[in-house]
Amino acid sequence: MAFSRRNFLKYAAMSAGGAAIVDTPFFSARARAEAEGGTARYVPTSCEMCFWKCGVIAKVQKNKDGVDEVVKLEGNPLHPQSLGKLCARGQAGIGQLYDPDRLKRPMIRTGERGDGKYKEVSWEEALSYTAENLKKIIEKHGPHSIAMFSHGSPGDYFTNLLSALGSGNISFPSFSQCKGIRDATWELTFGHKPATSCERVDMRNSRVIVLFGTHLGENMHNSQNQEFSQAVGNGAKIICVDPRYSTAASKASMWLPIKPGTDTALLLTWINILISEDLYDKAYIEQYATGFDQLKEAVKEYTPEWCAKETDLPEANIVEAARELGRYAPSVMIHPGRHVSWYGNDTQRVRAMAIINALLGSWGRKGGLYLPPKGKFPSYNDGAPEYPIPDEDPVIKGNYPFAGGEGLTQVVRDVTITSDPYPIKAWIIAGTDLLKALPAPARTREAISKLDFMIAVDIMPAETVMMADVILPECTYLERHDGLFKIETRESGVSLRQPAIEPMYDTKPAWWIASELCKKMGLDDYAVKDSWEERMKRQAKAWNVSWETLADKGYVSIPDSAAPYITPENQPVFKTPSGKIELYSSKLEEKHFDPIPKYEPTEQPGEGMYRLVYGRSPVHTFSRTINTPFLWELMKENELWLNKKEADRLGVKHGQRVRLENQDKVVSAPMLVKATERIRRDCVYMVHGFGHNSPRLSKAHHSGVDDQELITHYKVDPICGGTGMRVNFVKIIKEA
Amino acid sequence: MPRYVMVIDQSRCIGCMACVAACKRENNVPMEHFRTRVVEMVRGEFPQLRTEMRSELCNHCDHAPCVSICPTGASHKQKDGTVQINRKKCVGCKACIAACPYDVRYIHPEHGWADKCSFCQHRLKEGKEPACVATCIGRSRMFGDLDDPNSEVSHLLRENSWRVLKPEVGTQPHVYYINQFPRKS
Repeated sequence: MAFSRRNFLKYAAMSAGGAAIVDTPFFSARARAEAEGGTARYVPTSCEMCFWKCGVIAKVQKNKDGVDEVVKLEGNPLHPQSLGKLCARGQAGIGQLYDPDRLKRPMIRTGERGDGKYKEVSWEEALSYTAENLKKIIEKHGPHSIAMFSHGSPGDYFTNLLSALGSGNISFPSFSQCKGIRDATWELTFGHKPATSCERVDMRNSRVIVLFGTHLGENMHNSQNQEFSQAVGNGAKIICVDPRYSTAASKASMWLPIKPGTDTALLLTWINILISEDLYDKAYIEQYATGFDQLKEAVKEYTPEWCAKETDLPEANIVEAARELGRYAPSVMIHPGRHVSWYGNDTQRVRAMAIINALLGSWGRKGGLYLPPKGKFPSYNDGAPEYPIPDEDPVIKGNYPFAGGEGLTQVVRDVTITSDPYPIKAWIIAGTDLLKALPAPARTREAISKLDFMIAVDIMPAETVMMADVILPECTYLERHDGLFKIETRESGVSLRQPAIEPMYDTKPAWWIASELCKKMGLDDYAVKDSWEERMKRQAKAWNVSWETLADKGYVSIPDSAAPYITPENQPVFKTPSGKIELYSSKLEEKHFDPIPKYEPTEQPGEGMYRLVYGRSPVHTFSRTINTPFLWELMKENELWLNKKEADRLGVKHGQRVRLENQDKVVSAPMLVKATERIRRDCVYMVHGFGHNSPRLSKAHHSGVDDQELITHYKVDPICGGTGMRVNFVKIIKEA
Repeated sequence: MPRYVMVIDQSRCIGCMACVAACKRENNVPMEHFRTRVVEMVRGEFPQLRTEMRSELCNHCDHAPCVSICPTGASHKQKDGTVQINRKKCVGCKACIAACPYDVRYIHPEHGWADKCSFCQHRLKEGKEPACVATCIGRSRMFGDLDDPNSEVSHLLRENSWRVLKPEVGTQPHVYYINQFPRKS
């Protein structure tokens, strides 16, 4: 292929973001390998360095010993989540694959729980041991006494196991510690989540994008960041509400360094301005929404003057931002965000965000939030029988009426500690480091101490994994099949995961581990019949997707499935009780919650204390990748962001190490200070996921500080049950 | 013969480091060494701040101090506008490292030769862009032939005011920067 202008232009058109749907670039693993004379194999598969499910192409070559080796990972140009590109983590997947610290063989604990003493055993022994222990517990306490926590693709397989056993105690940190409140709240308001495979934000066509704490760029979701940069390039106005001058704030035309905990005051004031200045979309609201009059009445008290005092923002900016939104509506959005469990009253903040999007008519409009694609796939269970009804009701929703199906991890943890309403005696944790994911890790340790049996399925020996009684080592995403995956972006499509190389060491795919456990537990009907690959082929057939094409291209789009905007023929369906957008929520009223958001002040730090705020780095996925060699090299430890003037006042220098002590007298390890103008004086910030305690993670061990150890306090949202985690205050101890 | 240049739209860089990772993997850059980096510079005082995101790499200068100082002719300027290192000729004397005003070279810890960005010469031969450009999430890095008036880079340099790093040293770089700061419109 000649290096020509034409190729550049073709590339430019492709990477203009989403244009892939119209002008699909060519990719075929077979054709590429043939064109290169067969010196390498190309395997289109799906990344799992995070959970965005980017399409990735693994290049595989024989090494000097004749063994297949993954030598390069690239983004699949066909796949809408990657659009031909990969982030740093995606490219570093090779580092995870060849990380010498990986779990390599099944292990059974020989010492005390947590002391790290294990013996390596065969899979047969590990699985039999696991099944025996589970059987014993079930006999004594019933299947509901077995609980599971998961993140990522192993979740599906172990959900199958638990459901087949008859336990519904399955929970995922993605709900209470992350985006659960967002999804539940948008369902209350619009009858839909704001996200399918991605947040359905039409940023490339937006004129104004408002981010509340959403730190795009640092929060690295591939296609979404591509589109954000495109929006910046298009000259979209970015309004960034964040106590920290994030990368996204540095792209903003207006940065609103809000006093933490007061976001709802700003949102309700904006609603008031939009209504009182007639800046909302009247026709849209009349046609699609209910409860406008009640809303109008309820927000009258939230004046810009009051808001300025409450939020510590200039009144003029508050008003200007609302007017900008009104001026460019409906090609505007308040980005729905992802991690929204902040202060324990988060449902009402997220409700206010959803309501503003409704007032601006952005749902289903160009430059706002696009509608879910058409083309639904039937659920596929490969002919397995129905699951038994659990012997006891699951505890996963606690007393939170709007908790979602992903369950509340902290409630399962509480029940494990208290045995109320019943004992939980075994945990299966698959792909999640609970001590890092859940607030108040001391409670997680306490709960683990109450267990009769704990099983960990993972690829890395993280601290939580190393507390398990049996460790079942999973192979990485580059060594296994998973899927099929429904990919719902602007269009619907299907993708898959397939192995680039055979599993290294004595590791196995999660589907195999769960399936073998099904067999050992006498649940053969729920086990995989032959192999996951064969099952995927049957599923592809059921979904009318060519397996050959899918395996060769890695992604197949469903024709004519995109229907992003409201037109006379494409009317939105709101799955709410009224069939309309509920500005006034009948469901919240029914459960005696405020049907229209109200402002509740949040506790502010006392003298000498700073609110602890945490976030993401673009080169790490939570705590999962800190030990990945290529990523550890890019960011080895986290820093404490401290306002420069505060640092001067305290006599703390940039680059010095300090300890933090929280309100419960928990003291952190020493950490580097980043003295910066980029953060307010009343809070400090660090990237989440560092400070691993497991000595088996040779690189990550004691590298940086774990925010979660300082998050001893959390405030549960009474409506959805999310754990607000930005309610901890720390002081700085200079003597590190 | 093409004249390869890189144009970096700084306003579109989101500091995600995908370019750095791509470069390291593509070129097997040894641990703790980098051929490219993203520098973040903040100016102003709270809350009046602005940030410059700047990708830095070998500038493939027309008047390259590394080339003129190289005692063996290992560092050389090619007709396609790129500066390359002939590893067989390199004796690892580090003169180029001292001469380079952009601090983008290192000595390879295993092999002892000087090493730096090659604009992914091996990819150019296959008709591919440099790895950092191919994976740039923000489409901040763009690459092409400045001798082709219709190339994207030619368009960008005609339509935008651009700058190069350290123009005062007279190196005439092949890496151009546009939109130093995001628009505040």
